[in-house]
Amino acid sequence: MSAVASCRAASWLEASARARVAGLLDQGSFVEFLGPEQRAMSPHLRQFDLPRAFDDGVVVGRGLLGGVRVFVAAQEGRFMGGTFGEVSGAKIVGLLRAARDRAAPSPPDAVLLLLDTGGVRLQEANAGELAVSEIIRAIAELRHAGLPVIALVGGRAGAFGGGGIIAACCTALVISQHGRTSVSGPEVIETNKGVEEFDSKDRALVWRITGGRTRILSGAADRYVRDEIAAFRDAAIALAGLTPPPFACETLRAAQTRLVARRERNGACRDATELWAGDGIDEPDQVPDLTEDAFIALLSARSAQHDRR
Amino acid sequence: MTGADPSQARTRTQARDALLDALFPGGHALMVDAAGAVSGHATTAGGIAVGLVGIADGMPVGIDAALSMAETVLAHVERGGDTPLLVLVDTASQVMARRDELLGLNDYLAHLCQCLALASFRGHRTIGILHGAAAAGAFIATALSTDRLVAVPGAAPSVMDLPSIARVTKLPLDRLERMAASTPIFAPGLDPLAATGAVHERWTDPARYAASLDAMLAADMPVRDGLMQDGLVRDGRDALGEERGGRRQARAVAGRVIADATARG
Repeated sequence: MSAVASCRAASWLEASARARVAGLLDQGSFVEFLGPEQRAMSPHLRQFDLPRAFDDGVVVGRGLLGGVRVFVAAQEGRFMGGTFGEVSGAKIVGLLRAARDRAAPSPPDAVLLLLDTGGVRLQEANAGELAVSEIIRAIAELRHAGLPVIALVGGRAGAFGGGGIIAACCTALVISQHGRTSVSGPEVIETNKGVEEFDSKDRALVWRITGGRTRILSGAADRYVRDEIAAFRDAAIALAGLTPPPFACETLRAAQTRLVARRERNGACRDATELWAGDGIDEPDQVPDLTEDAFIALLSARSAQHDRR
Repeated sequence: MTGADPSQARTRTQARDALLDALFPGGHALMVDAAGAVSGHATTAGGIAVGLVGIADGMPVGIDAALSMAETVLAHVERGGDTPLLVLVDTASQVMARRDELLGLNDYLAHLCQCLALASFRGHRTIGILHGAAAAGAFIATALSTDRLVAVPGAAPSVMDLPSIARVTKLPLDRLERMAASTPIFAPGLDPLAATGAVHERWTDPARYAASLDAMLAADMPVRDGLMQDGLVRDGRDALGEERGGRRQARAVAGRVIADATARG
């Protein structure tokens, strides 16, 4: 097996941000912007006696995806939980603005966000919060310009807090079984509202509320893929070739209608199994335990139902 | 949750009415729904009609408030024209509940962010008036999704309170409190957040609110070269944070990425 082939068969969950980028893009096509040799590091972590990273946990650059020019940003979930800090956040902001301004000699036709984040980095919370807001604004500008912005979520840190909101701002979301999206993390809900509201130690419950299978079945994600870099690549290639709906009243009105319908349909549910039972899925209790083959078969037997955009 | 104590609720309503009277001597009409979402309209001292949206009474933003606010914003944009939109913010954090997360609260908050962006792109200047608390995702989806954010007395923005930061970072609270006094980068409150560029203007004298609002509406919000015809308001918050010294690196780092993309893209 060649190095690239083994890279693509590899687990997305287990891979580093750099390995994901290398395996996702066409072989050897990645060019990094503001790479680790530039030493753009957090100016804040030292006062907390925390180690810094030469890239502050974010990789940004350009490359080809199935021959299409793309800009890509990838968070390293194993460094500070992939959090948005002043530098890590600004790297993503800069990438999105460069795509928006079509500053590069060969401007991208799509942008990929490989989110793997617990949200804002609390040691630099204010800078992180602002970066999240700036990223959301820049994504809206890219959508206004008609560019696909694709979120890929399948890392250990998921896409929480501002990362969850950013994932939902993109024109499409690709998720795996291990991917989780949410605003408040289960620990935060448990701390604030009590263990009866959300038992964060109950891992099965956490996945039923926030996990990839729940998100694809409720229409909150566009593609469900196996935990393989190659599967994420195939989905990203397919989505990068689609023209996203215009960033216009009609599109957001349709989103409003779908989000209202989702609340009407599922608003009384307390657990995903209730949601799936109401959706007519046989043996909803079994959904989390289905093999990937069986779950993907269940998905393909249902009509396309993503209700987000 | 607030509103349980009737006298506190009355005080809150009186304070909001006083704020609206000061901002809109030309008149105002405002409704607050069960989720705390605000809708209405008003006229400035200079006679400019504006739409009102927002979140009131310190209510946290969940699915219901987000949908309600998004509906108000969308209806405003659908009516056409370029009537500005004022976003009144007195909230908390987002609703923390299993039900809201199961439904995909991130989708609902993102939708609200995007409706406000659309309003701006369609020529409706969006101005946030922060007159209470706002934290985390609720802060992002309301006050921080406007073109310009104004803080008036009562404004208490934060990302997360220090005890929660202490819990998550496993740092002793007293140490965090000491550090918060000398560095704005993670400390809750208006001063540190304004220093990072989150807040454009701070208005402190109610007698001058009406004139300040008309001045802000009259001023051209800087529009990026080349996109003037799209009416996009430039997001200059990182430059503001650099100028104010509360976020010294963000603008430069974004600029270095853009320069690299331009040279090697």
